[in-house]
Amino acid sequence: MERIKTIETRDLKESAVKGGCGECQTKGVANQQCEEK
Amino acid sequence: MVHQYKLNGYNIVLDTCSGSVHAVDEIAYDIIGLYKEKSPEEIAEIITEKYADENITPDDVFECIEDVKALEEKGKLYTPDTYEDMAFDFKNRNTVIKALCLHVAHTCNLNCEYCFASQGKYHGERALMSLETGKRALDFLIENSGTRRNLEVDFFGGEPLMNLEVVKELVAYAREIEKIHNKNFRFTLTTNGILIDDDVIDFCNKEMSNVVLSLDGRKEVHDRLRKDYQGRGSYDIIVPKFQEFVRRRGDKSYYIRGTFTHANTDFTNDIFHMADLGFKELSMEPVVCAPDDKSALTKEDLPLLFEQYEILAKEMLKRQKEGNGFTFYHYMLDLTHGPCIYKRISGCGSGTEYMAVTPSGELYPCHQFVGDKKYLLGNIYDGVTNKEIQNEFKLCNAYARKECADCWAKLYCSGGCAANSYHASGKITGIYEYGCELFKKRIECAVMMKVAEQFDN
Repeated sequence: MERIKTIETRDLKESAVKGGCGECQTKGVANQQCEEK
Repeated sequence: MVHQYKLNGYNIVLDTCSGSVHAVDEIAYDIIGLYKEKSPEEIAEIITEKYADENITPDDVFECIEDVKALEEKGKLYTPDTYEDMAFDFKNRNTVIKALCLHVAHTCNLNCEYCFASQGKYHGERALMSLETGKRALDFLIENSGTRRNLEVDFFGGEPLMNLEVVKELVAYAREIEKIHNKNFRFTLTTNGILIDDDVIDFCNKEMSNVVLSLDGRKEVHDRLRKDYQGRGSYDIIVPKFQEFVRRRGDKSYYIRGTFTHANTDFTNDIFHMADLGFKELSMEPVVCAPDDKSALTKEDLPLLFEQYEILAKEMLKRQKEGNGFTFYHYMLDLTHGPCIYKRISGCGSGTEYMAVTPSGELYPCHQFVGDKKYLLGNIYDGVTNKEIQNEFKLCNAYARKECADCWAKLYCSGGCAANSYHASGKITGIYEYGCELFKKRIECAVMMKVAEQFDN
């Protein structure tokens, strides 16, 4: 039986390769959004 | 690093360094907790004994252990932390300025007791930013923004509407120069609401990407601290104005933004009051003030606040199902399109990508440092001259604090707010433990809501 349900999330390790475009905005960062969608 | 917690009937497992989120049953929850400490045989013995009433067999346990192992191999559980070297390379990173907080008014028409800006004056003299200074600030932003197209400017104070004509002329100037330089200015404005009229509403709804409207919630809560200089509360003046402002705003963003203090540790009632007034985009922040201030939150308040955050999350889920939901800033997690690891390490950008400009054109790392000469970075004419301070901010991230090394939330908070750390510990790389506790609780609630939404779908 399925005991573990994995919720879809952005892979942070992958984002080390694909992220870093710097286009994100700057009164934490958890609820910020990207502006590699 | 793995964080496990139970909330609202869900068993949740967070894998810090991959960002993965798992919702699991009781048995998997226990197995994940034991997996790194015990052998499969030992785990099977513990689990079968604990769940004897449910006829769990050793094979059931081994099957679940295999699932856990598969997640580990896929990099979704027990992911090692390999980001530390990346964090300390940030000093060599060339950053551009993305945003300015323009202090167009160091004065205010309210006399709020808890104001971090000492009634808008920032421990200095009353002052209004001149048009010339504001224009130079916008030029400075363009000159230091590199190839970045979107530039953010927040009109702040004090009360920025006390310098409305300059705000209008600065927006007009920005619209002229953005075409020349292939930039796109996005403006926000934070106001206490007193001076809102039809003219302000029309102007802001045309030009401001976002407006932040200060309301603390219930009338008696709001009026206790947000008074004018005659000691009169401001609730009755501003609420109808905010309602009209938001009604005419259409689908453009806004936040009704409150502050809660020791006097209203039942702050969810203030959030629900905002929602019942018809507002849908809400934010409520813990007061930040000296520990001996009568508004300061206390250690004894903490369990109450935790409970409040849980009540809020559950009520939001309920209202969402009923079709009358609202958003709460700190619960707006985007698990699939959230920030990349570089952003999660580097944090809010204060002192490097974001700066505050005083009415005279001085530069500070952010609005919370304004007036503290130790943190004066430079000015809009000569640029950043205090590179030493700026370098401190470049390295002020999730890996700068040894206390954060084993914290599961460090890639959600990026080490937290530098100003809060400074005010709590005397250094920007210190720890504001109280803020950490509240932050972690909010993240737990926000993730739980995402899990609940997945199950509902």
